[in-house]
Amino acid sequence: MDTHTLTDTQTTKRTMTGAEIVVTALKEQGVDTMFGYPGGAVLPIYDALYSEDSIRHILVRHEQGAGHAAEGYARSTGKCGVALVTSGPGATNMVTPITDAMMDSIPMVVITGQVPSHLIGTDAFQECDTVGITRCCAKHNYLVTDVDDLAHTIHEAFLIATSGRPGPVVIDIPKDVQFATGPYIGKEGVYKPTYQPKTEPSDHAIRDALDMMAAARRPVFYTGGGVINSGPEASKLLRELQAATGFPVTSTLMGLGAFPAGHEDWLGMVGMHGAYEANNAMHDCDLMICIGARFDDRVTGKVSAFSPGSRKIHIDIDPSSINKIIRVDVPVVADCKAALQALLGGWKRRKLAKPDIEDWKEQIAKWKAVDCFSYPPNNGAIRPQYAVERLYELTKDRDTYISTEVGQHQMWAAQHYHFEEPNRWMTSGGLGTMGYGLPAAVGIQAAHPGSLVIDIAGEASVQMVMQEVSTAVQHKLPIKVFILNNEWMGMVRQWQELLHGERYSHSYSESLPDFVKLAEAYGAKGIQCSDPAELDAKILEMIDHDGPVIFDCLVEKAENCLPMIPSGAPHNEMILGKISGDEIGEDGRRMV
Amino acid sequence: MSKEPIPASAYDMDHAEEAEERRTLAILVDNEPGVLGRVVGLFSARGYNIESLTVAEVDRGKHRSRITIVTTGTAHMLEQIEAQVLRLVPVAAVIDITKSKRGIERELALVKVAGKGEPRVEALRIAEIFRARVIDTTNESFIFEITGASEKIDQFTDLMEPLGLVEVSRTGVLSIRRGKDAG
Repeated sequence: MDTHTLTDTQTTKRTMTGAEIVVTALKEQGVDTMFGYPGGAVLPIYDALYSEDSIRHILVRHEQGAGHAAEGYARSTGKCGVALVTSGPGATNMVTPITDAMMDSIPMVVITGQVPSHLIGTDAFQECDTVGITRCCAKHNYLVTDVDDLAHTIHEAFLIATSGRPGPVVIDIPKDVQFATGPYIGKEGVYKPTYQPKTEPSDHAIRDALDMMAAARRPVFYTGGGVINSGPEASKLLRELQAATGFPVTSTLMGLGAFPAGHEDWLGMVGMHGAYEANNAMHDCDLMICIGARFDDRVTGKVSAFSPGSRKIHIDIDPSSINKIIRVDVPVVADCKAALQALLGGWKRRKLAKPDIEDWKEQIAKWKAVDCFSYPPNNGAIRPQYAVERLYELTKDRDTYISTEVGQHQMWAAQHYHFEEPNRWMTSGGLGTMGYGLPAAVGIQAAHPGSLVIDIAGEASVQMVMQEVSTAVQHKLPIKVFILNNEWMGMVRQWQELLHGERYSHSYSESLPDFVKLAEAYGAKGIQCSDPAELDAKILEMIDHDGPVIFDCLVEKAENCLPMIPSGAPHNEMILGKISGDEIGEDGRRMV
Repeated sequence: MSKEPIPASAYDMDHAEEAEERRTLAILVDNEPGVLGRVVGLFSARGYNIESLTVAEVDRGKHRSRITIVTTGTAHMLEQIEAQVLRLVPVAAVIDITKSKRGIERELALVKVAGKGEPRVEALRIAEIFRARVIDTTNESFIFEITGASEKIDQFTDLMEPLGLVEVSRTGVLSIRRGKDAG
């Protein structure tokens, strides 16, 4: 942009092209990094980016990669992720990350190019109904048909993506609107009258919640991704509230890190592959305080047998999450931070004492003593749990961020890698997107250039997005892709073993690539390890390498991910040791 | 007959034993492109029923449209419907007209009846009883315009059936609440 245009801002509305409006609005929103892939319908925006130094554009290899990278960036920084792609296939390739961000409440703005306005509806080249396709998978979306609306729309999109329950917002911009000139308006004063999320809790809900907490004998905090989304302050307040009350804490997959895993009152993750002590505490508690979690089916197991003896408090910013799956006694519609602040403030003001929950803690100690995540020693081959454990031990004292793909390795990572801080753990929880972790790592590394970023991967998931290693090499993003390679789609194989009579239908990958050579072909470093004795040295070699690494960790092939609540079973019926195959009844077999 | 399976997870939440209720919801929305699609898409995506639907802009200055949806569901489902619809960004308010117990509901229908002789006379006589207006006529047909509660229109078309009912066009339910206040 010309400097003389900028000096005119005080007196007159700035006029610029739609493409320039996009870039100017992104800058005003504080966007320093974006992820994208050019194409015909976004060329004007790319032209405006050409001479723009304050926004770093990371060129991905597939649009899906741009979306997941933006998610990783967002989740690890708390800021809004931004992706820019072209019309048609560019937009349809974004559908998976948009849905992923919707399910996990990740703030993201996706800008898609569209064919020129006069061609919309003619089945033009690379045309698709982007707003139609993304209507049901985005928090909101726009087709901007008039350049005069563009600046306002972009600012509104950021507002919607980042406030309330965060989520993805899509802005579809026809090419002629990018070329047309119109006024630029700033973000000040932009608001949407119909969109007013409630963030402050009501006094009576907080009072009722405190009454229950003060009287609890078997309480448990059940926290989720909402605490992370609410910002680091919410995690801090959670720790303070826990210190004031002494209650034990469990968390969903998405909420790991909000409460320190090293704390004596940490129960571990809850849910299908969660900790024995966490699931039993959820089942037997007399008070469940759900903070920013949504009673997902991976967490509840059998709904009719879910925590039968407890009263429940549910803090959620989204009123539709409340009473959706599980009926609760005290709904608190609020941002987690505001609710935690009110609870902590009320607890102190009323000078409430820590309830006597010693019997409960004794019971929890008994469950903990079962040591549910223990596994047999390596027997020649590396056990995947051991690999994650060693990775944790060798990286825990560093500035480390972890992403994962989806499957067994993801659950082993959640079980055996421990988090002390929020925003350090990036995984696809709701949608369960294989191929999330590698591009997410690209986004995380772009946000945290000096940190150690590791994608704990499976060899099946990672091949869905393998090409993004090339992105990492081009942009000098030294991500580490740590593949637990068992040659199987491990979770599929496990379910086939348990539920389908060991008929392993199409879950074994023949002809896997040589990941070391593949890394080298991309210009990255490849390391392979199959010997437990060599694992530590090779992990250190990976960490020490100043550049992207693909680590091919050959692990025990038929290892099952345990413990496990079989589908259709309640929390207190966990399978701990070896699975014999007949634990899951006909009902469970029909579950996902 | 296969035995009824025990609900085993959220996927299987079975509310069949709970009574279904019929509700009329007025949804006030910003009249922006695609807004009806968002509301309707939400109903189909989440498996909710739509028995009737009407929509039109009601405030040009504010670009406000009013969507009236008649739906059925269990109490739990209806609560979810309201919360999920409110979650949509352009939705300003959802008013449960039925629950408020102060609702007035009306529907308009155009009813074509063809016939000669005695049935034709009978159709006209019934139309008078129902206060339906004749808005078009030929020697062999009438088009009636009738307004009222949906049940009244059902009744009217039932009576017209043996008298030569040809086709019916209905607006779906419109609703508003009694008293001086909006919403």
